[in-house]
Amino acid sequence: MSNKQMPKEFYTMMEELQSIDFVLVDLTLYLDTHPNDYKAIQQFNEFSQARRQLKNQFEERFGPLQQYGNSYSNYPWNWNESPWPWQI
Amino acid sequence: MWIYEKKLQYPVKVRECNPRLAKYLIEQYGGADGELAAALRYLNQRYTIPDKVIGLLTDIGTEEFAHLEMIATMIYKLTKDATPEQLKAAGIEDHYVNHDNALFYQNAAGVPFTASYIQAKGDPIADLYEDIAAEEKARATYQWIIDMSDDPDLNDGLRFLREREIVHSQRFREAVELLKDERDRKKIF
Repeated sequence: MSNKQMPKEFYTMMEELQSIDFVLVDLTLYLDTHPNDYKAIQQFNEFSQARRQLKNQFEERFGPLQQYGNSYSNYPWNWNESPWPWQI
Repeated sequence: MWIYEKKLQYPVKVRECNPRLAKYLIEQYGGADGELAAALRYLNQRYTIPDKVIGLLTDIGTEEFAHLEMIATMIYKLTKDATPEQLKAAGIEDHYVNHDNALFYQNAAGVPFTASYIQAKGDPIADLYEDIAAEEKARATYQWIIDMSDDPDLNDGLRFLREREIVHSQRFREAVELLKDERDRKKIF
């Protein structure tokens, strides 16, 4: 319910993730109907790699973004620790 | 399966508590052309659509759930600090006596969500035309809400969602052409 105040980097890294993901979402839908666009696929793979790195950096500082084994956990289990999207 | 990510697709900010705007926004939460209807419509059509467009329906359907979370966040932020008097002044006291500040899948007039908003015809062209129409109707609804809103922070998020409807509509139009090409190729021996 409460709005936890996070360090400044939480917000800047989150926005960076959101902007990389915007490229990836839009390219995904584009490639769904243009599967032979080589350059777009190259761009997709480049951003996909950058995304993976940024996700790891974010999670090292602020805890898991995903569950079911797609993110590591600290001790104790810290899935619930950082604010939920509507609490930011 | 689906993997949840603890992050909004696009940042949602609101300037101040404003339950009247939340009343309008609930249309995109549980209304006929809202994000829930969109997500359920596309993900349900996937099973019987030609293989060529299953990926597209999966990906757009999934993005709609991210939009649903953005709308929920907007409504939550616009109402979380509202007093009963403010809710009454905004005309949502009927909602409050039933649900308090909880969200409910309903449209702006308080009609609960129903599966009859969603068609699945089993005819790929009919289904995709419905999807194009749904995107255009959602785009128009976002425009009407932006026109009614005086919150610049909220409108930034709403404009993002309005643009996504345009992209989805475009992709669905391309999907129709892909299926027509495939159909026409089959006639040539």
